[in-house]
Amino acid sequence: MARPYDPDTFTAHRRLFWISAVFAVIMLAPVAWIVGLSFKDNAELMVGTQSVFSPPYTLANYVNIFKSSSVFGWLWNSIIVATGQTIGVLILSSMAGYAFARLEFPFRKTLFIIVLFGLAVPEQAIIIARHQMFNWFALHNTYLGLILPGMSSAFGVYLMTQFFRAIPKEIDEAALLDNASAWRIFWKVLLPLTLPAQATLGIFTFLMAWNDYWWPLISATKKEMFTLTIGIASSQSNFAQSEGLGFLTAQAVFASLPVVVVYIFFQRHIVTAVSGGAVK
Amino acid sequence: MARSYRRSSWANGLFALPFLIFFVVLLVFPLIWGMWLSLNKVDLFGGAQFIGLKNYSPVLKDPVFAQAVRNTVLFVAVSVPTLVTLGLFLALALNKASRGSSFLRGLFFSSSILSVTIVTLIWRIVFIPGDGLMSVIFDHFGWAQIGFLSERGWSLFSVGVATVWWSLGLPMILILAALQQIPKDLYEAAALDNASKWRGLTRITLPSIKGTLAMVAIIQIVLQFQLFGQAQLMTNGGPAGSSRPIVMYIYETGFVRWEIGMGTAASEILFLIILAAAMVQYWLSTRKEEQ
Repeated sequence: MARPYDPDTFTAHRRLFWISAVFAVIMLAPVAWIVGLSFKDNAELMVGTQSVFSPPYTLANYVNIFKSSSVFGWLWNSIIVATGQTIGVLILSSMAGYAFARLEFPFRKTLFIIVLFGLAVPEQAIIIARHQMFNWFALHNTYLGLILPGMSSAFGVYLMTQFFRAIPKEIDEAALLDNASAWRIFWKVLLPLTLPAQATLGIFTFLMAWNDYWWPLISATKKEMFTLTIGIASSQSNFAQSEGLGFLTAQAVFASLPVVVVYIFFQRHIVTAVSGGAVK
Repeated sequence: MARSYRRSSWANGLFALPFLIFFVVLLVFPLIWGMWLSLNKVDLFGGAQFIGLKNYSPVLKDPVFAQAVRNTVLFVAVSVPTLVTLGLFLALALNKASRGSSFLRGLFFSSSILSVTIVTLIWRIVFIPGDGLMSVIFDHFGWAQIGFLSERGWSLFSVGVATVWWSLGLPMILILAALQQIPKDLYEAAALDNASKWRGLTRITLPSIKGTLAMVAIIQIVLQFQLFGQAQLMTNGGPAGSSRPIVMYIYETGFVRWEIGMGTAASEILFLIILAAAMVQYWLSTRKEEQ
């Protein structure tokens, strides 16, 4: 007699789970270390960092962040750039995704393949040429210059096309009987149905834009135009000696708070965005 | 049947047009323009003179570039298998609808949402001699100290540790998504045959997600060849260029020394290497499938 079927038999079992739990603790150790340092007095850290494991702790490093004005300027720049890119990508991707998934127009398939090919182009292959172009139009050190490159993201179009394809055909065919226009069907019928997908792509785009390092490093050369990512990197160059480990780590914790909060609230959506390509 | 709005018409293309304009202006044009620039002698004032492949030979002869290529290939060759293997292990271990599993999944993915600046800050502070977490641990056990960021042979390794820590979430999530697509009745049939766990893994699980594993490997190859921020911020390519990746070479020629021709030539070479590596991996994975 065969033993009763246990769905978990072949996929996961306890021991694997506990090994991964131990691994998680190892992964977390550096973070705990950094957070610990950020609550320590800088003078105390000069003597030795073993003291992280015992009190006293202080909030002084965080208070000091509020005294440095540039961090808030960078924070603001990051908010503008990431929000701008997110709105732009959502508008462009949902319109294009709708067209590629549900409309017929000349060269539709060819164009879609070209867009997919864009997924494979590494940013480094085009960066110098794009830098020159932005130079011709004096876009460096402007918000527009930081936002625009995100608009060519093929990933968003690919993802939205997948989502629009997943909507049952009957839904807009009913609207067709009323002789509704393509725009009306898109705007009134289908778009509301893609709101969860919009959230997914939006959060994902926001995180990518927030964390982008390579383009802002090249395009934003004035300190006032730094994003938070570039700004924190620039203040790292005189590492440890000048400002102290405590202050540096407090900056790191402060700078990652927005993404950590977004992540905690929208974890499920982010995972959908990431695995969206794999699930079909 | 009503008049179909799906009938092919140029007007329908208007929905895709806004994106396509941005796509052509910001991606297709720079791609072609970059190729053109790599064939020209360009000066800072915008003058260009066609010189064919002459930008490529100084790059290919440059020992600094050769070293950067070696570093990058070594980095990819070690980090990608590590990421795929660890990702597969975690996906298998956490492929269960329990609270503990979903918490750990969220935790393993969480490092991916941090920016490279924060990741490198964390790892630099872990690795700094004397005060770093590693130093404290090594002290505690009485081991000899290692200059993780300043010794040849260790610097690229340390960059790799930070990279694996940072990018492990993506392979795990993609493999998890694939695991959940495997039809349950396959396992039910195997259970009826009293098949062992190992047989289930090698005969059902792995063959079912082969396509995803190949895709994950290709994505990681493309991503890890673009290594830049970690190396720049953690070691600045040192010591003696032992952790300088190709992208850092492009950055230095293109944006520090402003040698546009050489910079674009190096970036086209990187593009070719990435394409070739991805195609070889794709070919390998489809060839195995045919057998």
